[in-house]
Amino acid sequence: MSTNELTLTPGNALDVAKGKLVVAPTQSLGAVRRPVNTTGWREWLFTVDHKKLGIMYGTVAFVFFIVGGVEALFIRLQLALPDGRILSADKYNQMFTMHATTMIFLFAMPMAAAFANYFLPLQIGARDVAFPRLNALSFWLFLTGGLILNASWFLGGAADGGWFMYAPNSGPVFSPSNGVDFWILGLQIAGIASLIGSINLIVTVLNMRAPGMTLMKMPVFTWMILVVQFLLVFSLPVITVALVLLMFQRSYGATFFDVSQGADPLLWQHLFWIFGHPEVYVLILPAFGIISEVLPTFSRKPLFGYPFVVFSGASIGLVGFGVWAHHMFASGLGPVSVAVFSMATMAIAIPTGVKIFNWILTMWGGKIWYSAAMKFAIGLVILFTIGGLSGVTHAVAPSDTQQTDTYYIVAHFHYVLFGGMVFGLFSGFYYWWPKVFGKMLNEKLGSWNFWFMVIGMNMAFGPMHILGLQGQPRRMYVWTEARGGEGLFNFGFWNMVSSIGSFILAIGVLFFIINVIKTTRNPERAPLDPWDARTLEWITTSPPKVHNFDRIPVVHHLDEFFHRKYEEDEATHTMKQVATGEELVRAEEAAADADIHMPGPSYWPLLLSIGMGVLGMGVIYGTPIMVVGGLIVLFSSYGWVLEPSVPDAIDFDTPSTDGHTKEITPVG
Amino acid sequence: MADIATHDTDHATDHGHHSSTGLSNNKLAMWLFLGSECLLFGGLISTYMLYRGRVQNGPHPSQIYDIPFTSVSSFVLLMSSLTMVLAVSSAHRKDDSKTNLWLTITALLGATFVGGQVYEFTTFYREGLGFTTSLFGSSFYSLTGFHGVHVSVGVIMLLSLMGIIKKNKITGDKAEVVELIGLYWHFVDVVWIVIFTLVYLIPS
Amino acid sequence: MTTATETHEDAQEHGMSDAGYIKIAIILALITALEVSTYYVDFGPLFMPSLLIMMVVKFVMVVSYFMHLKFDSKIFSFLFYTGLGLALFVYFAALATFKFFIA
Repeated sequence: MSTNELTLTPGNALDVAKGKLVVAPTQSLGAVRRPVNTTGWREWLFTVDHKKLGIMYGTVAFVFFIVGGVEALFIRLQLALPDGRILSADKYNQMFTMHATTMIFLFAMPMAAAFANYFLPLQIGARDVAFPRLNALSFWLFLTGGLILNASWFLGGAADGGWFMYAPNSGPVFSPSNGVDFWILGLQIAGIASLIGSINLIVTVLNMRAPGMTLMKMPVFTWMILVVQFLLVFSLPVITVALVLLMFQRSYGATFFDVSQGADPLLWQHLFWIFGHPEVYVLILPAFGIISEVLPTFSRKPLFGYPFVVFSGASIGLVGFGVWAHHMFASGLGPVSVAVFSMATMAIAIPTGVKIFNWILTMWGGKIWYSAAMKFAIGLVILFTIGGLSGVTHAVAPSDTQQTDTYYIVAHFHYVLFGGMVFGLFSGFYYWWPKVFGKMLNEKLGSWNFWFMVIGMNMAFGPMHILGLQGQPRRMYVWTEARGGEGLFNFGFWNMVSSIGSFILAIGVLFFIINVIKTTRNPERAPLDPWDARTLEWITTSPPKVHNFDRIPVVHHLDEFFHRKYEEDEATHTMKQVATGEELVRAEEAAADADIHMPGPSYWPLLLSIGMGVLGMGVIYGTPIMVVGGLIVLFSSYGWVLEPSVPDAIDFDTPSTDGHTKEITPVG
Repeated sequence: MADIATHDTDHATDHGHHSSTGLSNNKLAMWLFLGSECLLFGGLISTYMLYRGRVQNGPHPSQIYDIPFTSVSSFVLLMSSLTMVLAVSSAHRKDDSKTNLWLTITALLGATFVGGQVYEFTTFYREGLGFTTSLFGSSFYSLTGFHGVHVSVGVIMLLSLMGIIKKNKITGDKAEVVELIGLYWHFVDVVWIVIFTLVYLIPS
Repeated sequence: MTTATETHEDAQEHGMSDAGYIKIAIILALITALEVSTYYVDFGPLFMPSLLIMMVVKFVMVVSYFMHLKFDSKIFSFLFYTGLGLALFVYFAALATFKFFIA
């Protein structure tokens, strides 16, 4: 590392002024200077801090939530009345494809990544993840992928083959616009982001736990995220293959899905769903993890059956790789395959049921505090169960033959995804907002948020069970008066109810946005431990300092934070408070580590992502662009490799000297 | 334990002495990556196995494969695995010149393999098997092409590694970096072991 | 690290001896030669099984010895073989639905 050209004069190298952190850079590649920890937009652009990245993930994911939501509202507007004229058939195809793709890949997964990024290191007592620059790369690649995907709207039309993009329909003959190409590239790039992220988080959990934190002392949220990463690391390559084959066919004339050449369309379906099924567990497990923290906290009881909750999460992950063809029951697999996958699918309901029982038993006999976070958590338990019950009916292959490709399926997955996953995420918002931003979201608005979402959700998706069983197919862009059927409670009626429900749901989301805005304007700071929580991430300031913990905690218990606050009274055998959260944090500050090295910011993740984006666009717009993109990627890779991951000591102002921790620019 | 407090953001470069498992972050990451690559190549191999006999146009596998030639190619790649492991061995012994020697030979053998692939592809193409000719053609070139790109990336990494070692600009533990590139290299070899048997030796 | 002749079972922290690796390489080369011989010699009904077995043996040998998995922490084996196992499982199952294994 060439430090000889730097001269350290007092006041230029280490200048901590007004809480701003300014450090001198070292050089990499002999030509490119390392970015400096500045404030403002550059701090965010080049950060490798897991907390900042978490906030960035969350913000972008929420924007995509709105985008996907608007796409949904268009769909519901189109289907509210017979002969809808809001969307043409072509636009409708694009709308439902992008709604699903956006919600799954650009909202749900990144939002879970936001929570995982922010809280996983904190929950295990670490100061960052194993590979901070790769972490930044994951975020920028995700953003690149999301932008490419949505660029399609403005560059000739979005993908229109449905979110599972079945070939040969998605091939060049039947989907000639560039929409599917954008879809392929956007997902491929976002997929790389998730793959890298999964390796990062697994290594983090395996290797960076605080002393004393065995795997079975980790919080359930961390466990669920760990299982999700294993799902991702092993399922993403399969969709990579599918996307590559489709791209080769569309852009280079390969014959993989050309039936006239002897291709079998089921190849796509297998490759897609081998990824696609683990993917749905990727979507739900983080929400399960969040409420496994929220429910105990607001029941004032420890989680019931921790080992069962952990092991059932792991088994869901494992068995999740063995059930994919239940998405293909009506595709002509044959009775043997169908029977096998039907039974496997029934089996996977068991570990999920175990979790539901454990959550209910957690609340049983507890002193329930119906905070907004708790409401959403209870909502998940109820609504996911409903979705799970319809899921069980799908597992029975003969009944699925009637249900598949109807609105009954749409009902199922919206109950588990919205009632399950989204409610879990919102629970997390309300629970962890004070820790991340130092402010409490307004509980009253939270209540309005919750109730509008519950009512709206059930109105929107409940009738879909009926519509599906009555025969309304998926992806049908319009329905006619005649199809509406007779009587008051006909297709027409339920479609209208569903559409109204979707708008009530939207108002619920609006309440959340209003809550966020109001909270941001409100100067009142949150207490350190507003919920009397149980896990390590609360032994920090709100928001946590750049280095998270002044002193890495030594862990002796599951729910370590709780056990530091409460001890068992020998006489009465009840838990007695021996310390408050504030006291514990002050104690940590007093005993702070003298020497803390944090990873430094870097240009390369951002640059590499830009290169990948250009490379991807080159597949659509021409090889010269690919070459440019490739060169940027190559240059960034070399720059990265040659840059030390941890900057020199002189590069960085340690947050703690002589036992006094300095205040670093707070976030939010 | 105080070590962990001060160094735990430093991703455990010295054989992971400061990590919960005692293992190196980088090595764990590499093995995870290789585990995921099994699913990538598995998908391409399965696609090939499904489509190898579907030849509506152009030559059949049996008409086009040159087993003697590919056998030599396979042997070359296999030997490159030996030279790679000798490079790793030398790196652990901190013998820089031997390390560079074996890395160079490995890169040369790898480049020879890639050269052989290029020759094979161009020969097949001239004999009528193109990427778009048939399902057999598309899946053959995709599978072996992906593998070939992996080897090429490996060769580039080997050459880059040698350059970086020479310039003494290596960040982190030198022996470990060589070991990790070695793991990647061996994996690429192992994939070829599977491809050589399933694609070439077992006729459709 | 000495270069004296040591057996394959000699597990040292930083690998086998160079001689050990060369021994493994020779065995792999011999197996490869045997594999190639199936092109020239008629193995009869043993053709398919022997090729598959040889492929697996070579695979495991490279992974265990050259990649040092046999001597390293079991965690690495878990991570890698889980991926491999899942790959074998899903792709065998998918191919089976295509009736690939039925003659």
